[in-house]
Amino acid sequence: MVEDLLHSSAGWLNFGIFFLLAVVLLLVVLGFVTYAILAERKVMGYMQMRHGPNQVGGRWGLLQTVADVLKLLLKEDVIPKLADRPLFIIAPVIAFAPAFMVLATIPFTDKFQFADIGVGLLYYIAVSGITTVGIVTGAWASNNKYALLGGMRAAAQMISYEIPLIMSVVGVVLLSGSLNLNDIVEAQKNGWFIVWQPIGFIVFFIAAVAELNRVPFDLPEAESELIAGFHIEYSGFRWAFFMLAEYVYFFAMAALITVLFLGGWLPLPFLGFIPGAVWFALKFTAVVFILLWFRSTFPRVRADQLMEFGWKVLLPIALANIFLTALIMELVKLF
Amino acid sequence: MEMLNLYQNNYLIVFVFLCLGILLPVVALFFGKLLRPYKPYESKYTTYESGIVPFHDSRVQFNVRYYIFALMFVIFDVETVFLYPWAVAYEKLGIFALIEMLIFVFMLVIGLIYAWKKKVLKWT
Repeated sequence: MVEDLLHSSAGWLNFGIFFLLAVVLLLVVLGFVTYAILAERKVMGYMQMRHGPNQVGGRWGLLQTVADVLKLLLKEDVIPKLADRPLFIIAPVIAFAPAFMVLATIPFTDKFQFADIGVGLLYYIAVSGITTVGIVTGAWASNNKYALLGGMRAAAQMISYEIPLIMSVVGVVLLSGSLNLNDIVEAQKNGWFIVWQPIGFIVFFIAAVAELNRVPFDLPEAESELIAGFHIEYSGFRWAFFMLAEYVYFFAMAALITVLFLGGWLPLPFLGFIPGAVWFALKFTAVVFILLWFRSTFPRVRADQLMEFGWKVLLPIALANIFLTALIMELVKLF
Repeated sequence: MEMLNLYQNNYLIVFVFLCLGILLPVVALFFGKLLRPYKPYESKYTTYESGIVPFHDSRVQFNVRYYIFALMFVIFDVETVFLYPWAVAYEKLGIFALIEMLIFVFMLVIGLIYAWKKKVLKWT
């Protein structure tokens, strides 16, 4: 049915149907964010020998995040007098919209995907860069010293780590010969790219954590030195949208890592009877768990270490990985 | 025609996602407006600065290092613009393209080494 829809001429009817389907995905993502935050607090709690939320919604605290969101919705909205009002208002929208847009191209299974565009990977990278603009806009509009410091740090960090992030996937593109995420998954039939591209995977993973502004690279919002960084003047639901953008990226990045390096919906050998969606969910959950694990085990890096690590270590390694991959491909062709 | 439709529909989906990404904050903030209290008073609207009265404008001159990092970013980002099509077509291009790309990247790496030696990458 969806196949026919995709082949019919694009019009308002298609727009409406796609819109409804996208709303369903949005609700799923919001559900994920709700429980990812709970999972984060629970996992961190147990790793720190305490229980985490266990009051609201039964002993697992299942309604804790829902209660938090409702509380945020009821909070007064304060815009400082010195702030640049129009920019202050649109900054969370600029930060959030690309976070949701990147989900359009990610293939969850071979059947379940929204937009199957030829340059899916490039689209993800290009659109995710726009969030930096939203963060800097918010920081500048706040007219607050801490916010501006945090925003500049965020911009410097995100552009510095975007380079190794992009470079490390060139190896994957070389092996699969396509930027289409479906083709990239199909190319992993003979072994996931985590096996063929171990260096690329490690560089990508580190750069991804830095792009997500998560521990150990959470300098833009380092609580103990910048109070909260770029969103210090934001309150209530505007603040919630910065946080939501962060967690939607968390979802998107975990899904992208699954697609690029862990074979997406492809099963392990001899376990093909388990459906693709389950495989995707399993790999996705593993990536999410590792990211949560990072948060409770690593100390924050210093600002100078952060920049030098990105440019002096990750970038040369990522470049070397490209040519190593290309060279090995040539050698394999010869023999 | 068939391909054109497919193409248009896929980008229509991207557009739908853009609309939804903008709509969600707008709708949520609109409903928030109906629910949240509004009790303004003067001191609530001052800029936060660790409890003291803020002084000077906060949009001060910034360390030039941020700008240099931005320049480096542009250089290497443009490099990736060339790397991606090369990587996609590499299967058909073969060893000659590899050597060409090596020369191209080598020239940029010289730039990186220069920046490194000039202590641009040092953050102090």
